[in-house]
Amino acid sequence: MGAQMDESRPIFVQIAERIEDDIIEGTLTEETQVPSTTQFAAFYQINPATAAKGVNLLVDQGILYKKRGIGMFVASGARAVLVEKRKEQFYEQYVVTMVREAEKLGINAEQLSDMIRRGGTNNG
Amino acid sequence: MANVVEIRSLTKAYGDVKAVDNVSFALEPNRIYGLLGRNGAGKTTIMHMLSAQLIQTSGDIAVFGEAPYENNRVLSQLCFIKESQKYPESSKIADVLAFAAMTFPNWNQELADRLMEDFRLPPKRRIKKLSRGMLSSVGIVVGLASRAPLTIFDEPYIGLDAVARGLFYDRLLEDYAEYPRTVILSTHLIDEVSQMLEHVLVIDQGRLVLDEEAESLRGRALTVSGPLAKVNAFAAGYKELDRQGLGSLCSATLLTNGSPEDVRARAELAGLEVATVSLQQLIVQLTSGKMSRKADDAR
Repeated sequence: MGAQMDESRPIFVQIAERIEDDIIEGTLTEETQVPSTTQFAAFYQINPATAAKGVNLLVDQGILYKKRGIGMFVASGARAVLVEKRKEQFYEQYVVTMVREAEKLGINAEQLSDMIRRGGTNNG
Repeated sequence: MANVVEIRSLTKAYGDVKAVDNVSFALEPNRIYGLLGRNGAGKTTIMHMLSAQLIQTSGDIAVFGEAPYENNRVLSQLCFIKESQKYPESSKIADVLAFAAMTFPNWNQELADRLMEDFRLPPKRRIKKLSRGMLSSVGIVVGLASRAPLTIFDEPYIGLDAVARGLFYDRLLEDYAEYPRTVILSTHLIDEVSQMLEHVLVIDQGRLVLDEEAESLRGRALTVSGPLAKVNAFAAGYKELDRQGLGSLCSATLLTNGSPEDVRARAELAGLEVATVSLQQLIVQLTSGKMSRKADDAR
């Protein structure tokens, strides 16, 4: 049985994100073939049309491209594009939220950057 | 391609009780539909009318463009696997399959044999000797191997354990990917099947309350909570499914529209707590009780 999807978000978006993760983490390297929509559908136990929608989302963004009669491949330069996109999302999702919460708690900018540095050393 | 099923103003009444009340929908070819709702909502009655086992009180049904009643052109293309499928008690499983092979023009014996092994069914065993789960498995084998252009499964897995149900989902998706067909899955195990569905029809008390793409529903239902005034301001304009209050605080479950990310961001900006609602929870909310029905009628 397949890996569980988050039922509160569109599944095709999650399929696209998982392929993106694999490209960013280097599991899927550039110019290699990605699994077919049928394989995605079987693995995640989802509708093949939904899997195809997720793959096509990345085709539209130029991350994947189609080789006729063979299948889908990771485009050259895809990783760099994705890392840039994820950095912007990181800012929106984590930084903006963090700053808002910090304001609520009365943490000023200096204290906040101290905390970030401290978090960094704890992790290193 | 033309619609596989077209239903218009379909009603089935038993005396004063309307089991199915003015239902209209259309099914496109080669998609997997979920017909969902609570027990007694009218799902099975609709499927019985589709497969010509019941005559409607009023309204129109077209299956492959024709009325299904006593119409062999339609019925040979339709395979309906019922919750408690009845097969002749003294026949063997092999006899049931042989009969199905004659009934369905697209029958695939190879697939049937493979499924028999998957579900560990002994072909020579007589029907009356089968357990509840084995009987359900026979239905699943017939339903999949028939490769009927319209295949209907009505709660096909009474007595099946989680492993066997998983096997059913796997084989259904596999064979569907290779041989697309229109599938109607009717079940109350929504969380198990929702990932496989392309389109969702929800029936509640005989009426169609939802007819939408599964993907467009995911993320659209949100629960927002915060001060009553803020929740009211945000909830205005959206369909409200549920509301709970505690003093001056309030939480409301809403069916929103537009981009889910935008809606979320706006709610957060308005100072509201936001929680997502899964497809399963959404359908439970839609069909759980009189509150939502009254809110509907008031609109």
